[in-house]
Formats: sequence, C-alpha cells, structure tokens
Amino acid sequence: MGMIGDAVSAIKATNVRHIALQAISLGMIVTSALIIWKGLMCFTGSESPVVVVLSGSMEPGFRRGDILFLHMSKAPIRAGEIVVFHVDGRDIPIVHRVIKVHERVETNEVEVLTKGDNNMGDDRVLYAHGQMWLQRHHIMGRAVGFLPYVGWVTIIMTEKPYIKYLLIGALGLLVITSKE
Amino acid sequence: MHSFMFRANAVLTFGVTVLALLCCLASVSDNLHHAKPSVDLQILRVESFQRLPNGNDEVKLVLNITADLQSLFTWNTKQLFVFVAAEYATPKNVLNQISLWDTIVERKENATIAQLTRNKYSFVDQGNNLRGLNFNLTMYWNVMPLTGAMYTGKTVVPGLRLPQQYR
Repeated sequence: MGMIGDAVSAIKATNVRHIALQAISLGMIVTSALIIWKGLMCFTGSESPVVVVLSGSMEPGFRRGDILFLHMSKAPIRAGEIVVFHVDGRDIPIVHRVIKVHERVETNEVEVLTKGDNNMGDDRVLYAHGQMWLQRHHIMGRAVGFLPYVGWVTIIMTEKPYIKYLLIGALGLLVITSKE
Repeated sequence: MHSFMFRANAVLTFGVTVLALLCCLASVSDNLHHAKPSVDLQILRVESFQRLPNGNDEVKLVLNITADLQSLFTWNTKQLFVFVAAEYATPKNVLNQISLWDTIVERKENATIAQLTRNKYSFVDQGNNLRGLNFNLTMYWNVMPLTGAMYTGKTVVPGLRLPQQYR
C-alpha cells in the first residue's frame, strides 16, 4: 500500500517541467540502447552482432540460452569456423560448424557444408530442397565470442510475453515516478 | 520505496559489473597461456578409391591419429573441438578443405588422442582430381571457453599422396 500511495502522490506532485525532464531521460535511455546496438552492427559488420542459441544442436559447446558474439569480416570462410546462416524458406538462422570448404579459383566464391556438433549427419537435410552447399550470401557472421546463460532473458520474454509487458510497465512506472 | 529500490539497483548493477569484468579477465588470461601440443597424423591404408556415378572422385582412408592436447586446457576452457581435415588445391578450386574426422574433448584427462579410424565424413572431390593427389592433413583444435573469445590452432602434416590408380 505504501509503495502505491507513494507512486500516486509522486505522479500528483509532478509539474510540466518535471514531466518534460522524465520524457527526456526516458528518450536518452532508449536512444543510447539503439546507439549501442547500431554501433555494434557497424563495428562487427554483421547485421545481428549478438545471437541467442535456441537449440541443442551444438551441445556441449553451446547450450540453449547462451549468447554468441558474431563478426563478419572479409576474411574467407574456413573449415572449423562456427557460422550463423540463413536457409531460403526458413525464418530462424542456424548456428553450426563448417566441415567442408571449396573455394573457386579467381572468383574466390566459396561453397561450404555445415554440421551441428551434436548432430549425427551434416546439414544437407536442413538446406533448401536440392541445395548441396551454402554460399557466402547465406552466411550472416561467424561466432567469435561466447557468454553463457544471458540469453535466457530473451528466451523467457519471447515465450512468456506477459512477463515482458510486466517488466516494461514496471520500468516505465519507475522512470516516471523517480525523483532524480 | 526509493531508497530500497535504489539500493537494490545499486547492488545489482555492481554485481553485474564485477561479473562482466571477471568474464573479461578470464578471457584475457587465455592469451597468457602457451601450449605445446604434439600431433602425429598418418594414412594407414587406402580402403577404396573410385569415381562416383556423378563423376566425382571418392577415396576411403584409414587414419592413424595420435595427439597430446592436454597443455591446451586452462581454467577458462570448456572444451576442445578437434578435427582433422584434408587440404589441397585443384585446377578448379584454389582451396579444398574436407573434414575427415572430429571429436570433442571436455576434460583435460581425455586430451590424449590415439585413434585408428576410417574417415567419418566422405572424402569426395568436386571433380576427378584425386588420383596422384598431393595433399596436407591438418589437425585443428578449436578452443571453446567457459566465457569469452574462441580461438583455433593447428598442426599441418604436408606432402601426403594418394595412389595413381583407382582401386
């Protein structure tokens, strides 16, 4: 009761200048988050610099809920690298390891085959029908760094949306009612 | 309310900062580690060597793989992903890398490898360039950390040769 009463009185006590200040600080938080994300995109050269592992196909190296940092350099793709790739007709990108590479003379186009460390067979069953190899344009980035568990936050939020709204609501209320 | 929330916030922020710093330090400490792994790769025999109906060459090998990778383990190592790849050039491709065998080592005690094995993944060329081919066998180890940056090392065994005739 005390908390709610405090919050109500805090809202009543606000004047226009105070509201403007709160709006600006909220804007600062949102834009700085956006700047960090876009800056990372620039820095790593990958359209999604951070991905969350969703399946167990790379266990025991990567488990569900782990976070991978991606980098997309001009360097050629080589066997053993862990790449994130899109397959035509599938929405969710896949994180698997390159097991075969064929790089053409002159054009330097690559054809690669991938496999999940924890899967029995290679990924041709996951590719589009009749597709034998991945090309450069399928690959979004290669994994360079690893952080365990942190990705559970986003997994929980996407699978239980009401927690997300509850959290956003609580944070919003906190920002509005805080006095500096 | 504010004093409680602010304190909780301060404790949480401090905790996360310290944890992040420790993760960074653990990852950086891997750079100070020098490993001396020993590797020996041999082709014991060629089991079969043929041209497939689609015109590509396929060879089946028996490999003798011995390695001691124990020195690669540090306190920040979760596992090693070890694989052996055949590497060669053909008129069509400037580089072909074909993984023949791999394993995951999760414990330092298990990091001595002594394997007599057929190639786990098919050794098929894009074309028919395998007769008399001069190629390298390379063992790669991808060191996957508990937290932080991954890195890869290798040992190349050059100058191996496939037979001149199909069999």
